[in-house]
Amino acid sequence: MTHTPVHYAAASGAFSVSWLLILLPLAGAAVLLLGGRRTDRFGHLIGTLAAAASFVVGVVLFAAMLGRSGDDRAVSQHLFSWIPVNGFQVDVGLLVDQLSIVFVLLITGVGTLIHIYSIGYMAHDPARRKFFAYMNLFLASMLLLVLGNNFLSLYAGWELVGLSSYLLIKFWEDRPAAATAANKAFYMNRVGDVGLAIAIMLMFATVGSTSYADVFGAAAANVIGYGTISAIALLLLLGACGKSGQFPLQAWLPDAMEGPTPISALIHAATMVTAGVYLIVRSAPIFNETQAARTVVVVIGAITILLGCVIGCAYDDIKKVLAYSTVSQIGYMFLAVGLGPAGYAIGIMHLLAHGFFKAGLFLGAGSVIHAMDDDQDLRHYGGLWRYMPVTWATFGLGFLAIIGFPGLSGFFTKDRIIETAFDKGGTSGYLLGAVALLGAGITAFYMSRLFLMTFHGRPRWSSEGEDARHPHESPPTMTGPMIVLAVGSTFAGGLFVLGHSMQDWLEPVAGEGVEGVHTFSPIVLTALTLVVVAGGFAAAWLRYQARPVEATARPDTEVTLVTVAARHDLFANTVNETIAMRPGQFLTRFLVWLDLVGVDGLVRGSAAGIGGLSGRMRRLQTGFVRSYALSMLGGAVLMVGALLLVWGG
Amino acid sequence: MNSVPWLTILLVIPALAAVVVAAFPRRLATQAKQLTLAVTLAVLVLAVLATFAYHPNRAGFQFSQHYDWISTFGISYAVGVDGISLVLILLTALLVPVVVLSSWDEFDGDPQDEGPAGGALPEDGGLPAGGGLPESGGGTAVLVATPPVRVEAVAQAVPVPRRSVPVFCALLLVLEAGLVGVFAATDVFLFYVFFEAILIPMYFLIGSFGPAQQQAQRSYAAVKFLIYSLLGGLLMLAAVIGLYVVSAEHLAHGTFDFASLRQLDITPGVQKLLFAGFFIAFAIKAPLFPFHTWLPDAGAQAPVGGAVLLVGLLDKVGTFGLIRYCIPLFPDASDYFAPVVLALAVIGIFYGALLAIGQRDMKRLVSYTSLAHFGFIALGLFAFTSQAGTGAVLYMVNHGLSTGLLFLVVGFLIARRGTADIGAYGGLAKVTPVLAGVMLIAGLSSLALPGTNSFVSEFLVLVGTFTYNKALAIVATTGIVLAAIYVLYLYQRTMTGPITHEANRNLPDLSWREKAVVAPMIALIIGLGVYPKPLLDIIRPSVTATYTDVGRSDPAPPHPVTSQPGGRS
Repeated sequence: MTHTPVHYAAASGAFSVSWLLILLPLAGAAVLLLGGRRTDRFGHLIGTLAAAASFVVGVVLFAAMLGRSGDDRAVSQHLFSWIPVNGFQVDVGLLVDQLSIVFVLLITGVGTLIHIYSIGYMAHDPARRKFFAYMNLFLASMLLLVLGNNFLSLYAGWELVGLSSYLLIKFWEDRPAAATAANKAFYMNRVGDVGLAIAIMLMFATVGSTSYADVFGAAAANVIGYGTISAIALLLLLGACGKSGQFPLQAWLPDAMEGPTPISALIHAATMVTAGVYLIVRSAPIFNETQAARTVVVVIGAITILLGCVIGCAYDDIKKVLAYSTVSQIGYMFLAVGLGPAGYAIGIMHLLAHGFFKAGLFLGAGSVIHAMDDDQDLRHYGGLWRYMPVTWATFGLGFLAIIGFPGLSGFFTKDRIIETAFDKGGTSGYLLGAVALLGAGITAFYMSRLFLMTFHGRPRWSSEGEDARHPHESPPTMTGPMIVLAVGSTFAGGLFVLGHSMQDWLEPVAGEGVEGVHTFSPIVLTALTLVVVAGGFAAAWLRYQARPVEATARPDTEVTLVTVAARHDLFANTVNETIAMRPGQFLTRFLVWLDLVGVDGLVRGSAAGIGGLSGRMRRLQTGFVRSYALSMLGGAVLMVGALLLVWGG
Repeated sequence: MNSVPWLTILLVIPALAAVVVAAFPRRLATQAKQLTLAVTLAVLVLAVLATFAYHPNRAGFQFSQHYDWISTFGISYAVGVDGISLVLILLTALLVPVVVLSSWDEFDGDPQDEGPAGGALPEDGGLPAGGGLPESGGGTAVLVATPPVRVEAVAQAVPVPRRSVPVFCALLLVLEAGLVGVFAATDVFLFYVFFEAILIPMYFLIGSFGPAQQQAQRSYAAVKFLIYSLLGGLLMLAAVIGLYVVSAEHLAHGTFDFASLRQLDITPGVQKLLFAGFFIAFAIKAPLFPFHTWLPDAGAQAPVGGAVLLVGLLDKVGTFGLIRYCIPLFPDASDYFAPVVLALAVIGIFYGALLAIGQRDMKRLVSYTSLAHFGFIALGLFAFTSQAGTGAVLYMVNHGLSTGLLFLVVGFLIARRGTADIGAYGGLAKVTPVLAGVMLIAGLSSLALPGTNSFVSEFLVLVGTFTYNKALAIVATTGIVLAAIYVLYLYQRTMTGPITHEANRNLPDLSWREKAVVAPMIALIIGLGVYPKPLLDIIRPSVTATYTDVGRSDPAPPHPVTSQPGGRS
């Protein structure tokens, strides 16, 4: 059975140098790491320049793509043959198309802003050069992930993203918690990677190739059995869950907050966690063929939305709350892309909008943390708007965007997800829509709680005494990027939906988003969403603004069971420890013991028996060479005997 | 250039140099090292030149030479290489100079401490004079003539035994010659001779040059290593003789010539017996679970350079033997025993990884990771697909690089702190950032991160196995999570966190010599990760031919695509 592969145009013009996108930040990382301390003084500038240069290349390619006709926009470039073994031929090649270019712009654009911000944020860190080297590596890895034109190149980027995040999470590696968090992130990511790896093997075993063109061609031609294609999709999903911090592999993401705050922005907005969503949309031709796998995607998305929301309400650590808000927002994206062609483009839109406002929120949080002497506890903040107006304003716009305030980014993109979920129809449509709607309400609640506790109310810190705080606005290298991101958070969403621009743009990759029958009219649904969001905000206002906030959280014994559970990440770590870590530790200890007394003991016993020697090493030692010589001699005699026999016979 | 006797040159140069270096008096230790380094670098250059002279797509052995040795029994000095043995000879030629340079200062302390009186050191420094060392092809007479080792006596007299640098260098050179011989031999008897001969220098390296203060454990490890290898060797000897007997039945005259033996049509029953003889010898050497328990002891007690050669090269003789001898000579038996081998391989992957996680001694830890890696190699070899087989052979090379580098890093740590105990370290990333970075790179290669060499080989093994048996490949793939744990957990305990021991606060970072040792290794680890094609192009035709000869071909995908291979669209 054969079929025509998917068509990609050959690389020409600007597209023939699209590898520069990856090479520039990679070279930046190499220079900074190999240059060592000699580059300490200007390392941050090289790093930022490399990121910015990559962004410029991205913009040039985007412009070049706009200049091409719709059919010619997907450009595939073969770079070199990577792993050629008979039927298994894997190349390193790039695919610059409508989907990867928007990721390129997000990664390099937001990435560059985070680089600029870090110049100020990390100014006093002696290892700032290394920090920029790792950030450059992160960008390069993520760009390889989104630009590869086959699944193995994607896998390479995928694991290198894991490495980069590991390096950055443990950046302050003399802190044991940071080192542990980094290891946890890598381990859990690797669990997901196993899924992706097996998916790739299954693709090769089925169609004899791992390139997008071949695999998608075969999927679209409907020649792969339903079981096989569903298995591939579910294995891809496992990988996506690991990288994107989705249920049940979400537990590493909050711990990853041990890294410096710009890293949180990088992981949560521009890179890494968006990779799972990218993978699913990229693999749309596969997911299109399997309702079963899509159902699992939406269920995971829905579970993760609620999980993130519930836990987000319970934490007092500003970064942890934002981390769980990411978990839940990515859940929205999964929900959207799980809905198939109707949702792919919407998921990507929310991803891009989220890239802006989440980066802005994290950078704002970093600015606050900086101002409060590295204190991350919301309960120690309060009334900061007066002291850091730029941070307040930019953070405020990000906050309004994430809760879906009318006119701001989140309003357009999240509304569309809720709408699409309801439009799925049937009981499941109502259920998913309700979850998304409920999530929007809870998001409004915990984000308002965070915003109000940080910037408003009475200050719960003092400018005098032993623990004196002197909050101040951050330097322009930090506020500059925050302002740019705030602008993005405000307008991006509107831009995407304007005349269906984003959906039309992505249509060749994501398919035509058929306008289904509306369950509710959009206006009714928008109104309903606004009411729910306003309710969430009001609840937060009443609880955290109208009443004074305690400077210390109430102990577990005085709060509801739900709060206790949420404070303990809904016991995700306990579960992981119980089912994986503890049995693993036990098994390891048991095997170490077994190897020593069992396997080895058996051998030692028989060895002593054979040699007719006691266990005393001295005698073994002196007796040994003799016995070796003897046995060699014996062997030789035996052999001569045998040869004589044969020869004589 | 094919008329150049490359292999004999590669074999004779280090063997001759060994004799010369062994004759050096101790006070010329530096000159001995310099000569050894020069010779091993020359061997490396020659091996690279030979690689360029090699024609990857030509069938059969190349650079072949054949001289009758004991013609009555059809024994010859016969050498030749295919892609599989060539890359392993290359690895040998690379690792030996690396080890020479990395061990540069290791045994320097002894004579220099004595100052001007250095020449008056007791001459029985643990080893017989070099003249008694076995030379390549020297046969049994030399071995018998080797007097018993007298390390014990010295250890009792002086707390720290004095070790002779020239002897150490000579042992390395003998080992190099033996390894070239074992990979190049195309006569089964000659192979056996080299197979046994390389045990001797390694035995002395472990027994006499391991950690100075651990006399008893060292002897124990050395003896254990030898007993194991000996048992395997005897079984193989029996099988070698059996093979000769069978050949005599089939042909007019018995032979040990590999190419002729390969043509024999041995009955399945006999094949099984002979296979078992060879396989157990190779499984001990590699080692595969459950023949592995000598490895952690030997790895922990060998000097670091010795451990690199032991795990990086000597153990490869076992996996090399599987694909060179077991599969082509006994195809039916290989088929029959494949499930057993595959089961042992997968058990090894998990067993080795879990035990590595549980270790407190860095050298033992690295040894156990090798057990897991050998599991991957055996899995690839017995999956009988060209991808898995090519991956497995590439894995042999890559494992030499990654584990070699890991051992070297561990050696650097031990040289600084004098212990392999993980608990003695912690927080070193701040003190010795370059060393920490090198350890991380070695570790990342060990866990097969894409971008490093090992990923290519490991993925090839897995994907090739997958087309043969999905369940096996899936189970083996989950092993990559454990690999991440043993590597990063080691890094976490040694390099991250606060500095817990005062002694660690002022450790020096890598010296220029140490950087020179690791730089080529790192360059190859990354270079072969990004562009493995040159090696794959050498390995693939030979592996494919090996499987084709025994009637194995890659399973075709049910829905092949029409576009160019790899879909370069």
